[in-house]
Amino acid sequence: MKPAPFAYHDPRSIEEVLDLLASLDNARLLAGGQSLMPMLNMRVAFPDHLIDLNRVEGLTGIMEEGGSIRIGAMTRQRDIEESEVIRARLPLLAEALSHVGHRQTRNRGTIGGSLCNLDPSAELVAVATALDAVLEVQGSAGIRELSIHDFPVGFMTPALAPEEMLTAIRLPVPPAGHGTAFTEFARRHGDYAIVSAAVLLVLEGSRIARASLTLGGVGAGPLRLRTAEAMLVGGAPSEATFGAAAAECAGIEAMSDPQAPAWYRRRLSAVLTRRALETAAARAAV
Amino acid sequence: MSDAMHDLTLTLNGQAHAIRVEARRTLADALREDCGLTGTHLGCEHGVCGACTVLMDGQPVRACLLFAVQAEGRAIRTVEGLAKGGALNPLQRAFAENHALQCGYCTPGFLMLGTAILETDPGISDEALVEALSSNLCRCTGYANIARAIRAAADAMSTEGAA
Repeated sequence: MKPAPFAYHDPRSIEEVLDLLASLDNARLLAGGQSLMPMLNMRVAFPDHLIDLNRVEGLTGIMEEGGSIRIGAMTRQRDIEESEVIRARLPLLAEALSHVGHRQTRNRGTIGGSLCNLDPSAELVAVATALDAVLEVQGSAGIRELSIHDFPVGFMTPALAPEEMLTAIRLPVPPAGHGTAFTEFARRHGDYAIVSAAVLLVLEGSRIARASLTLGGVGAGPLRLRTAEAMLVGGAPSEATFGAAAAECAGIEAMSDPQAPAWYRRRLSAVLTRRALETAAARAAV
Repeated sequence: MSDAMHDLTLTLNGQAHAIRVEARRTLADALREDCGLTGTHLGCEHGVCGACTVLMDGQPVRACLLFAVQAEGRAIRTVEGLAKGGALNPLQRAFAENHALQCGYCTPGFLMLGTAILETDPGISDEALVEALSSNLCRCTGYANIARAIRAAADAMSTEGAA
C-alpha cells in the first residue's frame, strides 16, 4: 500500500505552518502520524500537501501554570504518560493513555493529533471532555481559546478553520479531595474502545460536591452525562447512588457498527460508568 | 511538485545510507527497497501488526507509520544490526532456543521490540511484558515462547554482565 503523491513541507516554526495553511489548498497537518499515516497508506486520505509538524519548535512540553496543566499539541503520548507532573496532578490522563494503542504508537502519537483526529472512541478526547479542557487554537489572526465542548462539530470533524491549528491544550487540575477513574472495553487491550468512561468525583465530607462523567465510543463525539452528573451531586458516594446514575445510560443515544449494536453499547456504558464511579470514589476517599 | 524527489541520508545501524526517494516513501519501504535491508518485514502497512518495528533513537516505532524523510538525522536500528560478525546476539539465540518463532515473519519486529524492552526495562514484570508484546502480532507461537525467550535473554545478559 502506498500513499498517493503529495508535496511534503517541513516547517520549523508555527508562523511558517500558518503561512503554509493559509496559502495551500487541500493541505493536512502531520502530527504523530499514527492515525493519518494508515489513512494515507489506505488512501482514505489523499491531501495534495502534507505539512509535517515534527520539526516545528514550540509545540511540545508539559507545564503547570495557574491551576492548569498546559500541554503542547505535539507532546508525545508516551512523554505525557510518563510525566511525573501528569501522574501526580492528572492521573486520569495517565490512566487513559495506557489504553491508547501500544508503546510503539505512543512513542509517536501526540495529544494534539489525537484530539484533532477526533475519533469517536479516542480515549484522549473523552478525558479532555471530562476535565473541561481548553484548547489553544492559532490562526493568522492570532490565538483563540476554545472549550473542548465546542470542539467536535461532527463525526471526526473539529471546529478548526482550514488555516488554523491546535497549538496547546490546557487541563484544569481538579481540587483536593477528588478521585478519577478511566474504564474501557475493547476486544483486545490497545484496540479502539467499543465504549470508554472517564469519571471525576470531588468529595466534600461524605457528599459528592462535583461529578463529571464522559463516555467515549457511543456516538459521533464524546458524550457528557449531564443528567447523571446532576443526580450525583449532593448525594452520598454509595452503591445505590452510583447504580442510579449508571442506569441513566439506558436512555442514551448510541451508535451501531460492525463491532457492536447500540443496545450493547448502552449496557456497556452503564457497567463501565458504575465501575469508574466506584473506583473514583475509592481513590477520592484515600 | 508533488512527485518531487528528496535526497536524504539515513543512519541505519550506525551506517550512513544516501537515498533519493519520494516524500510518500515510508521508512519501511525505504529500508527494504532503497537500502537493501530486507530484514524489516511489512505486514499490515497500517500500524496494527508491528512486523515492521524498528528502533528510532532507541525507541520502538512502526516503520510503516513514518516517512523516510522524517527519519533523517535520527539513529535507526533494524534487525540486521543485532548479530555481530555472523554470531547471533543473546536475544536472537534465546528466540532459537525457546522456539519463539515458527514461520519467522513477525520475528524481526519482535526482536526489535524485545531489544527495546531489554535496553530500557530489563527487569520488566511478567504482566508488563505481556502488555508490551501485545503490540505485535504472531500467528504461530501463541506468544508464550516469545515472552519466555525475552525473559531468558534478560537472564542471560544479567549473568554475563555480572560475570
